[in-house]
Amino acid sequence: MNRETINHDRGRLRGRPVYVVDGVRTPFLKARGRPGPFRASDLAVAAGRALLMRLGVAPDVIDQVVLGCVSSGPDEANVARVVALRLGCGDRVPAWTVQRNCASGMQALESAALDIASERSELVLAGGTEAMSHHPVMLNELMVAWLGAWSQARSLGARGRALMQLRARHFQPVIALLRGLTDPVVGLSMGQTAEELAERFGITRDSMDAYAVRSHQRLAEARERQRLDEIEPLYDSQGLVYAHDDGLRPDSSLEALARLRPVFDRPIGRVTAGNSAQVSDGAALLLLASSDAVERLDLPVLGRITDSQWAGLDPAQMGLGPVHAMAPILQRHRLDSDAIDVWEINEAFAVQVLACTAAWQSGTFCHHVLQRDAAFAPIDEAKLNVDGGGVSLGHPVGASGARITLHALKVMQRQGAQRGIASLCIGGGQGGALLLERDGGSAA
Amino acid sequence: MNRHFSIEKDAQGIAWVCFDSADSGANVLTEEVLEAFDQTLVQVAQMHPRGMVVISGKSSGFIAGADVKAFADVPGVASAEQHILRVHEIFHRLESMAFPTVAAISGFCLGGGLELALACDYRVCTKDADTRLGFPEVKLGIFPGYGGSVRATRLLGDIKALELMLGGRTLSGRAALRIGLVDQAVPRRQLRAAAMALIARNRRPRRAGWLKRLPRLFPLRPLSARLLAGQVAKRAARAHYPAPYELLDHWRACGGDESAMYASEARNVARLINASAAQNLIRVFLLQDRLKSEGNKADFDVRHVHVVGGGVMGGDIAAWCALRGQRVTLQDRAPEYLARAVERAHALFRHKLRDPYRVQAAIDRLMPDHHGSGVRSADVVIEAIFEDIDAKRALYGQLEPQMKSDALLATNTSSIPLATLGADLARPGRLVGLHFFNPVAKMPLLEIVHDQQTEAEALSKATAFARHIDKLPLKVRSSPGFLVNRVLMPYLLEAVELLEEGIPATLVDRAAVAFGMPMGPIELADTVGLDICLSVADKMAEALQNPVPTRLRELVEAGHLGRKSGQGFFVWRDGRAVKPAERGLVPLTEPEISDRLILRLINESVACLREGIVADADLLDAGVIFGTGFAPFRGGPMHYAHSRGTGELQLRLNEFEDRFGQHFHADPGWAAFA
Repeated sequence: MNRETINHDRGRLRGRPVYVVDGVRTPFLKARGRPGPFRASDLAVAAGRALLMRLGVAPDVIDQVVLGCVSSGPDEANVARVVALRLGCGDRVPAWTVQRNCASGMQALESAALDIASERSELVLAGGTEAMSHHPVMLNELMVAWLGAWSQARSLGARGRALMQLRARHFQPVIALLRGLTDPVVGLSMGQTAEELAERFGITRDSMDAYAVRSHQRLAEARERQRLDEIEPLYDSQGLVYAHDDGLRPDSSLEALARLRPVFDRPIGRVTAGNSAQVSDGAALLLLASSDAVERLDLPVLGRITDSQWAGLDPAQMGLGPVHAMAPILQRHRLDSDAIDVWEINEAFAVQVLACTAAWQSGTFCHHVLQRDAAFAPIDEAKLNVDGGGVSLGHPVGASGARITLHALKVMQRQGAQRGIASLCIGGGQGGALLLERDGGSAA
Repeated sequence: MNRHFSIEKDAQGIAWVCFDSADSGANVLTEEVLEAFDQTLVQVAQMHPRGMVVISGKSSGFIAGADVKAFADVPGVASAEQHILRVHEIFHRLESMAFPTVAAISGFCLGGGLELALACDYRVCTKDADTRLGFPEVKLGIFPGYGGSVRATRLLGDIKALELMLGGRTLSGRAALRIGLVDQAVPRRQLRAAAMALIARNRRPRRAGWLKRLPRLFPLRPLSARLLAGQVAKRAARAHYPAPYELLDHWRACGGDESAMYASEARNVARLINASAAQNLIRVFLLQDRLKSEGNKADFDVRHVHVVGGGVMGGDIAAWCALRGQRVTLQDRAPEYLARAVERAHALFRHKLRDPYRVQAAIDRLMPDHHGSGVRSADVVIEAIFEDIDAKRALYGQLEPQMKSDALLATNTSSIPLATLGADLARPGRLVGLHFFNPVAKMPLLEIVHDQQTEAEALSKATAFARHIDKLPLKVRSSPGFLVNRVLMPYLLEAVELLEEGIPATLVDRAAVAFGMPMGPIELADTVGLDICLSVADKMAEALQNPVPTRLRELVEAGHLGRKSGQGFFVWRDGRAVKPAERGLVPLTEPEISDRLILRLINESVACLREGIVADADLLDAGVIFGTGFAPFRGGPMHYAHSRGTGELQLRLNEFEDRFGQHFHADPGWAAFA
């Protein structure tokens, strides 16, 4: 027990306090088979400029911009720098893009937090952005090789011979989005790793679908009660305004979901498009500050990032990542589930969240896998993903980590809560978690 | 070496002649500068360089053109001709230098500046967005007189050169390269290297090929001239704008014979510049300069503009400010009200900027802001909501406490007095009117509305802001209709009056266009929207005792609002008014019709001067020209009144009062001209 505690303590976030001033996100727009109206940088600029304007912070007083993005467009490599310049931060504000798959947005927040905690930065704009509908469709390697040969072929004869070698398989495109969602080490798609969890924890199709329906209902209610004030609308060039997450189906029902066919393990699997996160475009940006910056610029405070944890696990079980990341945090702070008022566990798949909660309260799992004497107390459903999640509002991979962190803080503010946790599973077999705190209902 | 030009011979033996006018921010070819240039050429020749490059020392551009101010009082045809012949001599010296010469052009290169460049063997320009080349002379009522008509036709061929000179359009660096006006268009960083390379290569200077020289052969020349005149006629009538026609006559008479062309150019341009059209157009050019000088950008550091009201006016004001480099927040009640404004802004940016990177930057500067979070950091807050006193006052009540203490509060009202709007403000003196005209992107004038309460600082900030967004500020006193709508309204109402008397709309419009207005009053009313005309007319009716014609009210009540509804006074089809042909007898002659329209406008102008709405008659003329498009070649309503004779006009007013009614009663202000 003692050794474990010391071990867990190693990941702890040290240094001076890190404040979250506020955050803004775009609506999450479901990818509908063709490139959406906004690129990754467009989304982040829309969120970032609204955030800075809300706070009255001039873009050029920021120390750096850090954004998570799994795959930015070919025109915006290091999308964070593109965003910083487009926001008017000026030439002198450095910016970098981080990538930890589904946790890229959370990684950006953690990187920013570390720089503030270690007194390298005072004010950092951080978050994540992803335009999954813009993920590229590429030529396959056969075709690239052929094109190389073609450009070498000078004579008419050589060109003719080259043309004769073209086959239908040369034209088979590589869809980067699908490749990205397939684990390159164990060869399973993310959906198939979810099927692994369904089997391991005996989670039925019905309970997944019920979870999905509840996710939609919660999001619908949150919207109706205007609890999503972190959303700023997007405006396109055609006179359209996008004010809401457009993947919401308020009329989602068990009957309708039951009719969907499994997509990953056909035909007998349980994971369907209806009980998985939606593929979306969206961005979420937060402003992080030291106490000096908060005072100097007279900024409001939403809460603090007090700890963080990354964990690795079997890639085929990647959906359990949150359990592996959250456990050390709770252990080193000597907390159990009841001390956490707000839980945001990213809904990559309904089954994956259900598997996490099952593992969390399982004595065997906690004992064998987490080396704990006892299981954690069950996570109260009423405190988990209270306003919906990836299944209902979408999971733009680079942005979700920032979104759940921001939303957990917003819920804590609304409820006058003290402690929250934001966590997600990461393709490739990792988990990430942030511990968030507000003091006695107020922030500082 | 002299006050305007420096010469530096480099290690490769190239003489760099740097033009950096000592007297102004832009290089202008004044008489003194031209003589200094001549001396410089003599000095360079004595240095026996391998080549010579003319380059500008100004960041603003190469050469803005000839000295327009000096044209405003040309002592006569003979001396003008002498001046032109002297410039011919100087440019001829440049052309006959014994070594290769290059004009290295960055920024604007216009009129006389382009003619100087054409006298060099080669021209290289940058591809930057601010590089513009062209001959704007026709806009001033003349045509290129420093040898431009000769050298442009030699280089480009007759048709291309004539089109360039007739249109007065300017070209980008790329476009100039495409038609052969420059030898190379390069990135700015390569300008000097490209000039050196042209000297090193020392090819024979370019000339138009035989195909392009064909039109100057005798049988084709009159034919081509007639075809081109036909194109010009679509844009401007010879009676009003003789210059392009004179250019064609000049080419038809001596195209192809260079020495005859130089002589004819000097003779004709000297004559044109002394004629009233050119003098009035030059006057308008100088009035524009005067309006520009009314505001000083340095008085106010503006970076962020907050606009409240996402309707057509508010949205277009916001888009314009963003286009001009401001960070803009645009507020309305809900996102839905902002979507159309954003769409229009995208279209404006694409149209004006083209380059996708600059379009994106403009889009990023314009932020839809339904929370109104921009108010706190804005330097200028412009209210452009619907014309309702209570709504506006309530809005100011919310805005004022949030605003920075040194920010300017402005209203775009076209009818409500400032004193009424500002009554509840903690600091009423900070409120000014910024009266934009529709369409914002096309209308250069911005009325700066003030009253005796207005703080001097607010007024100077407002005029400075106008210059920051590249509009022409005109200070007007807060009074119904300010200046432009005030003088325009009697003119429009008189047109409706004429309709009621049975004069067909087609004839009313034709008379106004014949006078030189850009569009007839009936078509203008339809374009603006009859509902808007009616509301402005109603608001001004009490104050100015202008009865509102019943015909206007009937049309609006019937839902005929003009262009936007498809029918007003005219039926509109595909965005054009269908004007029925009218041949029947009417009781009034065309000059009588146009006098009735114009006299109402002038009479109201006199009233405005008497009331001190604007400071003087020149500013009034400037406002009416840039706010309404009033026939520029007539020099403005007051200038026109004086040139026609104020006594004669008063007699005409008296006559009209007897014939058509009291609304022609001469304003007491005429007495000042007795």
